Amino acid sequence: MPVLRLPEVTTAACLFFIFLVPFAGAGLALMNVGLGRSRSAGHMMMASLCALAVAGLAYFVCGFAWQGSIGSPGHVLILLGRSWNWIAEEPFFFRKLSFDGSAASLTALFQIFCVGLAALIPLGSGADRWRLRASCLSTALLAAWTYPLFAHWVWGGGWLAQLGVNYGIGRGFLDVGGAGSIQVMGGLTALAVTWILGPRRGKYSADGMAPAIPGHNSVLVLFGCVLALVGWVGLNSAGAILFTGGVPSGAALIGINTILAASASALTAAFITKVRFGKPDASLTANGWVGGLVASSASCAFVSPAEAVVIGSIAGTLVTFSIEWLELRMEVDDPSGSVSVHAVGGIWGLLALGVFGQFQRPVLNIAGDTLPGGMNGIITSQWLAQLIGVATLLGFVLPLTYGANRLLNRFYAFRVSVEGERQGMDLHELGAGAYPEFVTHTDEFLPR
Amino acid sequence: MKAVGFLMLPAGWFLVLAAIVLFASPPLRAAFVLAGVAVEVLGLILAFRSHLIPREEKG
Repeated sequence: MPVLRLPEVTTAACLFFIFLVPFAGAGLALMNVGLGRSRSAGHMMMASLCALAVAGLAYFVCGFAWQGSIGSPGHVLILLGRSWNWIAEEPFFFRKLSFDGSAASLTALFQIFCVGLAALIPLGSGADRWRLRASCLSTALLAAWTYPLFAHWVWGGGWLAQLGVNYGIGRGFLDVGGAGSIQVMGGLTALAVTWILGPRRGKYSADGMAPAIPGHNSVLVLFGCVLALVGWVGLNSAGAILFTGGVPSGAALIGINTILAASASALTAAFITKVRFGKPDASLTANGWVGGLVASSASCAFVSPAEAVVIGSIAGTLVTFSIEWLELRMEVDDPSGSVSVHAVGGIWGLLALGVFGQFQRPVLNIAGDTLPGGMNGIITSQWLAQLIGVATLLGFVLPLTYGANRLLNRFYAFRVSVEGERQGMDLHELGAGAYPEFVTHTDEFLPR
Repeated sequence: MKAVGFLMLPAGWFLVLAAIVLFASPPLRAAFVLAGVAVEVLGLILAFRSHLIPREEKG
């Protein structure tokens, strides 16, 4: 298989967009911190940094070997005469990867940031009770196995990407900026972690009430939203170039669609909370903003700006009601709303591509082949390809990540002790609070 | 209930895979994929319900 190379200008643009991606991680980390309690703020930031580090190293060791890139060799299963590429066949430790501007080296760089982003998502759900070492172990599992496997199916020329070529189902499963591979993957892992950890102490009372435990710093949360936007523009643009054969000039449409989806989603969430509660809710609006970004990821290169607004508005509605439904009806204690924002928003984004997607240009999808442009997603059964991708996430990824994390929990307990939870994760696990100046010392009031 | 829920998720997925491999007719394939997704949704509902906290453990 010849090495796939991009033109110089495209490579430079792609590198620029990839280097924006860490801003998305910074934004999510700040949001997770702000939506948690003040007594666990330092721990959350520390866990975020450790998750990025562990994810990067695990991906370097074996993640990329199992994910591969477009055109890389893979293990193929033949079913009734059709090939099913299910896992890549690259060597460990990035061996054989030439860092000379090849598409594979750009993919490796992009993915090392993406896997870190996916690893940050469950941290917010386990806030105030997930032990640091346990979160690192879970992250290693995600980055080394779960993420690369699904990402290979979507972005590495795997069987989901080949649905169009092998079975004539649309252009195969498409996911421009990782709505499925990153966001739903992280969101479903967050759901598994929340189920395993159980709710925070005092969250659900015997009389059926679920008192709100508000986040401690809405400024961090809202600033995180702005940082996330910058990262998402990079994420969607780089993904479009690397995985769908997009050109740098297409980044204008992608950027516009990304911000329009986020804006429509945030305003919808603000409007809904204003109508229902009398005042707009800052944390739900922030969650709506990120929900819009997540939903935009799948389809940003293939929809018009007006359609992006519609996709964002629906994402904002879904996220707002989903957070309430999960918290009050399903008793899922998810402090950062990660399950709703990333899993629900991502699934909607993936399906929206099948409904609204317009394929005016050929789409690069597997092994350097391009599938012709033209026609709407509904007509070309793209919706079915997207639905199969969503079914794979729910039917394969969720049981896999739940089972693996549950097994991990048996060997190393995820949840902190009762005393640790009462004391706060900062003092219990790190030995120091994030805001020592907030402590009122009695000697400050003594006459000098 | 938890085990049943988590078994129904891959069961639905296998239905989807079977539909892709076995049926060439687009409407039949779509119908079976939808059926597989419906099984997954049922499994998901069971999984959610099995994680509801018992009353005596609340508080």
